Amino acid sequence: MRTLIFLLKKEFKQIFRNKALLPIIFIAPIMQLIILPLAADFEIKNINISFVDHDRSSFSQQLYQKIVGSGYFKAISYGSSYQDAMQHIEKEESDIILEIPEGFERQLIRENKQDLFVAINAINGVKAGLGGSYLNQIIANYNQDIRAEWGLIKGNPQQAGLQVSSYFWFNPHMNYQVFMVPAILVLLVTMISTYMCALNIVKEKEIGTIEQINVTPIKKYQFILGKLIPFWLIGIFIFTIGLFGIGYLIYGIVPLGNLLTLYAYLSLYLIAMLGLGLLISTVSNTQQQAMSVAFFFIMIFMLMSGLFTSIDSMPNWAKAIAYCSPVTYFIDVIRMLVLKGSTFNDIKVHFAITAGFAVLLNVWALYKYKKTS
Amino acid sequence: MEAVSINSLSKSFNKGAIQALDAVSFSVQEGELFGLIGPDGAGKTTLFRILTTLLLPDSGEATVYGWDIRTDYQKIRREVGYMPGKFSLYQDLTVEENLSFFASVFGQKLTDNYALIQDIYEQIAPFKDRRAGKLSGGMKQKLALCCALIHRPKLLFLDEPTTGVDAVSRKEFWEMLKKLKAQGMSILVSTPYMDEANLCERIALIQNGKILSIDSPQGIIKQYPTPLYAVKAKNMISLLATLRQQEQLASCYAFGEYHHISFKSQDAQQLQQLQQTLEAAGHQEISMLAIEPSIEDCFIELMH
Repeated sequence: MRTLIFLLKKEFKQIFRNKALLPIIFIAPIMQLIILPLAADFEIKNINISFVDHDRSSFSQQLYQKIVGSGYFKAISYGSSYQDAMQHIEKEESDIILEIPEGFERQLIRENKQDLFVAINAINGVKAGLGGSYLNQIIANYNQDIRAEWGLIKGNPQQAGLQVSSYFWFNPHMNYQVFMVPAILVLLVTMISTYMCALNIVKEKEIGTIEQINVTPIKKYQFILGKLIPFWLIGIFIFTIGLFGIGYLIYGIVPLGNLLTLYAYLSLYLIAMLGLGLLISTVSNTQQQAMSVAFFFIMIFMLMSGLFTSIDSMPNWAKAIAYCSPVTYFIDVIRMLVLKGSTFNDIKVHFAITAGFAVLLNVWALYKYKKTS
Repeated sequence: MEAVSINSLSKSFNKGAIQALDAVSFSVQEGELFGLIGPDGAGKTTLFRILTTLLLPDSGEATVYGWDIRTDYQKIRREVGYMPGKFSLYQDLTVEENLSFFASVFGQKLTDNYALIQDIYEQIAPFKDRRAGKLSGGMKQKLALCCALIHRPKLLFLDEPTTGVDAVSRKEFWEMLKKLKAQGMSILVSTPYMDEANLCERIALIQNGKILSIDSPQGIIKQYPTPLYAVKAKNMISLLATLRQQEQLASCYAFGEYHHISFKSQDAQQLQQLQQTLEAAGHQEISMLAIEPSIEDCFIELMH
């Protein structure tokens, strides 16, 4: 126990003395947490649209006003040549072309039916998809308005229509920041704990100090605990700063669930991720190797843990990978606890799985550690 | 009691491709200053790593103060000090912090064995608040020695302690070892420098994982089989070429400002004959003298 205290003292001295690493551990996550959620906004605004109006009627004008007035679209050009509009797309100035055919108004009144042509630049998939659906919604809306108008004119007010009204539970304003901040926080804590733990141990290997330690009576478990405990504490510290310092003060996010449950889960989760860091350190001999291996995992965690994309909409094989990532469970847990106010009972399964990860990764790492040295 | 006892220790790397140690056997007496002399890659560090319980041998037995390196490694680690060839203290901790850290992991305080390291530590004491990484080479060496000594080990392992250290510091370092030995400490030191061999009580010459000879430095020199001569002329390069053509020579190699030669047979006449041959070959300012072999001569002889 005394030895462990000496090791911890030494470790903290080294961490706080590392002028290059210290800002990376403490300042960088806070800055990222302030910047990333502001940037990671899924709402698409400023979709550039080119109108090709062959009709030039009051109806086509109405449609134009409605689209531009929605706030999502910005009219880039208004002309009567599809070729010209296509050029805007090619120059990346425009995202969508809406072509209104000749006789739009006439046909609409006479035949009660008209076709519009929409061409979307799909280089940016998200923008194309969302832009297209916004446009469809506006056109559908416009269509309904027109029909309602005629209905009145023709004396048929019983226009059949289905009105859908939706309400966003747990995040009524569909504020992406509320959704993203806790998840990004999870990722930052994951990166800090995994990277730092792996790099720190490998550094001892690289410099050769681990040999010097190994010829002393320090036991392996003492050495490992001496490495894990500091980063476990730092992980909890950063999480707290992120949740209260940034989440509450800057974004006004108040965790609805039980904080004790949240921290209990965090503690367990950090043990699992430190185990991963330890495992990485046993297979690497240089910090460069450790960095590369850790980066590989962090990349997968970032893109496949439901942070940016919903896991439910992934193909089955990808779902399988996502559920092998501990990060997936924590992102789920933090969203449930912070936004929804779930209780321990709701995340029992998450707890069990994370405990499984913690045991698996640490036992594996210890086994490898014994074998290699 | 023997401080170290090694019996046919073998270790190979890369699935047997590299035989680092090949049936090595020797022993170090308690209180002895024992030198392991050999070129780079001879297996010195591997042997040290096995004896300090960092590495397991493939076969063979070894004990340190009677403790088996396989089973009693915990006890060995308490009683030995190891100074690796590569500086491996915490570069971001200060001199004093390094020292107290290594004292504390042995459950001791810096002051407990201060008397032992006092002589050495006083030399680096003016820099005690400097980070270890910022010390000069000789200072690092002294700090490393202090850290290896701070728990008063019974046996000290020094792996190439003087490699990369200037001549003055090297001399000082050996003075320190003598003082430690005087206090009853057993010391096993390795070095690639043959001239340092004379400073040890007994030495083992090691090459390609095999022990070539074990004796006192004088003993090893006495074992040199033939008289040795040093030859010098104006043009040393062509002299060596000429000497290599002489069939009566058993060995011939450049050695500092002379070439060292030995003859296949012990014939008093042949030195004169060689002189004539060399003169005939056009060499000028030839001088020849009989010399006492050095450890390096012995090493070269044993390698053949």
